[in-house]
Amino acid sequence: MNPSLTANPPVNPPVATPFFFYGLAAIMIIGGILVITRKNAVHSALALITTLLAQAGLYLMLYAPFVAGVQIILYAGGIMVLFLFVIMLISIERQEKERQFNKQWLVGIVAAGALGGLFIAVYTTTAKGILFPPVGRESYVEGQNTQEIASLLFDMHKGMYMFAFEIASLLLLVAIIGAVVMAKKRI
Amino acid sequence: MHAMMEISTLHYLVLGAALFLLGVIGVLTRRNVVIVLMSIELILNAVNLNLVAFSRYWQSLHGPSALHGQVFAIFIITDAAAEAAVGLGILIAFFRNKETVNVDEVNLLKW
Amino acid sequence: MNDFVQYVSSYLGSDKTPGAAGNFFWATVYVLLVFVGLSVAVIAMNWLERKILAHMQIRLGPMRVGPHGLLQPIADALKLLLKEDIIPDGADKIVFWIAPFIVVLAAFSVFVVVPFGQTHAITDMNIGILFMLGVSSLSVLGIVTAGWASNSHYPLIGALRSSAQMVSYEVAMGLAVVSAILMTSLNAANTGTLSMIGIVEAQKQQEIWFLFKFFPLGIIAFTIFAIAMVAETNRAPFDLPEAESELTAGFHTEYSGFRWSLFFLAEYSAMIAVSSIAVTLWLGGWLRPFPNALQGSTWDLAFSLIPGLTFLFLGAICFYNTARMPKHPLFRIQTIGLAGFGAVLALIGLVMFLQPVRDRVGDIFWFSAKVAGFMYLYIWYRGTFPRYRFDQLMKVGWKVLLPTGLALLILTAIVGMRTELVAQVREVFR
Repeated sequence: MNPSLTANPPVNPPVATPFFFYGLAAIMIIGGILVITRKNAVHSALALITTLLAQAGLYLMLYAPFVAGVQIILYAGGIMVLFLFVIMLISIERQEKERQFNKQWLVGIVAAGALGGLFIAVYTTTAKGILFPPVGRESYVEGQNTQEIASLLFDMHKGMYMFAFEIASLLLLVAIIGAVVMAKKRI
Repeated sequence: MHAMMEISTLHYLVLGAALFLLGVIGVLTRRNVVIVLMSIELILNAVNLNLVAFSRYWQSLHGPSALHGQVFAIFIITDAAAEAAVGLGILIAFFRNKETVNVDEVNLLKW
Repeated sequence: MNDFVQYVSSYLGSDKTPGAAGNFFWATVYVLLVFVGLSVAVIAMNWLERKILAHMQIRLGPMRVGPHGLLQPIADALKLLLKEDIIPDGADKIVFWIAPFIVVLAAFSVFVVVPFGQTHAITDMNIGILFMLGVSSLSVLGIVTAGWASNSHYPLIGALRSSAQMVSYEVAMGLAVVSAILMTSLNAANTGTLSMIGIVEAQKQQEIWFLFKFFPLGIIAFTIFAIAMVAETNRAPFDLPEAESELTAGFHTEYSGFRWSLFFLAEYSAMIAVSSIAVTLWLGGWLRPFPNALQGSTWDLAFSLIPGLTFLFLGAICFYNTARMPKHPLFRIQTIGLAGFGAVLALIGLVMFLQPVRDRVGDIFWFSAKVAGFMYLYIWYRGTFPRYRFDQLMKVGWKVLLPTGLALLILTAIVGMRTELVAQVREVFR
């Protein structure tokens, strides 16, 4: 028996959790559908921003405030600005009058349907036994989330992701150089 | 009804699977390259949601500092930024040559 | 009814913010107070900017609408509300309608974590500073969509330039903020904190404002942040994307009436928000000057009288100007109005001398006074510096502020950890 389950009885249980979960989930699904069906790329980008912000809310419900903050800063405030820039630089009027779905849309939907069937098969048989224990019962001290992530990344004794951190920074350097070279007019 | 009232890990996994499906449909059926790239971002986000949900489950089993899923999610967000930048750079380079953003008109190597 | 009174009074005397204590009623009250206070501050900023700029340019500014132009902001607000709402032909109506709301949403949501006092914040997130930086970067999205939705050249170029500038200076801001956060971890347990109230507590515990810590590293970090925050909010001297002589008002050219006033509101709120970040991180937040050097109850008493004295001083200025008003029958209403305004200020000053008010208002007053100093700096910059050209602007952001910020971060880390580093080097060479 996990000692912290008996040592910290749940204080301040989450308030109205199903309400927020279903609300945010509905926003995400509707945003996702709008992303893949809109003719206008700017509308798709705005729908994607809404989905990303709702996902940050879900991260907060999963007691991951640092990942939620990173999602807002990087994804919604950085990557989507990049997308909007490029859409505005290359968008031409004739885009909206053309066909929006390519010739193999039926095969695509059949393939996605097969994937969906696979998901349903997995989630109704294998995952059923181990995953129903409810999430969020135990309220740990949230003030330590950033510190715990930092110790996993940087601590000498407990940290195991230092190498991955350095490789990620190298990846970003390569991406910067690649993007600059790709977008230059004359190399 | 009681199963709907208690939000378990499975709820988050099903939501992540639904978003993944939407992203896959977007990648496979749309013509506009920018929207395909945005569908890829949807896929990455669904994976992130899975990882963070599992990190919460793991945390409930192995103590408050078992946050491996969240660290993984941060790395994936970093990766997505790098990939979006390079992908959009390639798109701009191609657009300068051929003046189109449709996926099925990128066929210069076709015989 | 009794339960409700019990619920309301259970929070009084607590040492946590309403959000942390889980009290919805008081959290809502604080949200309303912040909203009202922000609106009053924006109105006051409008008047102050026009008068202070005018006096810097040796002219008088608005003098007609109300005594000394005090009713000018209200007249402006009325005009903006009654103006015709024009939507350009061919503009995307939905996106055109949404864009001001995104900017206002981003600018106002930031104030959830701003600490006006030890318990006078709406809530205290443990990722407070990260939340503030992230949500204020969402306003870039609103600006880009506003420029695109206007379906016209000048707004599009203005929006792209403005958002490129904001994104560039966010990097420099982030580096300066991180080097201030590093200083919070110099306590016994070696744990830093990202929460806004925790940062001011760290300054109180280390008995030095982070501005003066590791001299001159604190001051250089503060300077980088001060320059980056002016560029972040598109204010002079970095206001090329929205200057009238350059791009005919940039991304909000096609917005008129109420929609323009939303952009205006968001710009001033963003200015107050980033000033709050600077005040919290470097200038000690709500702490009174010299909290540790001048200790003791007499010094506490002396400093706690300053809020009342400030308002009495402002009231005295109003009365002096009332005496100098022209003695003509047409000026009678204005003279009475100015005297009434002075009387209200003096009354507020007298109320602030009462003991229960003095205890609670001190924190909020010192925080607001420091933020007001920053607002004066903004107006001073606008009246003094010539405008940067856009390529000079980007060069300063990437080639000057970013390397300085990086070097500062490394130096702060080395100086902060000097004892551990020395011990490790000795261990290696033993």
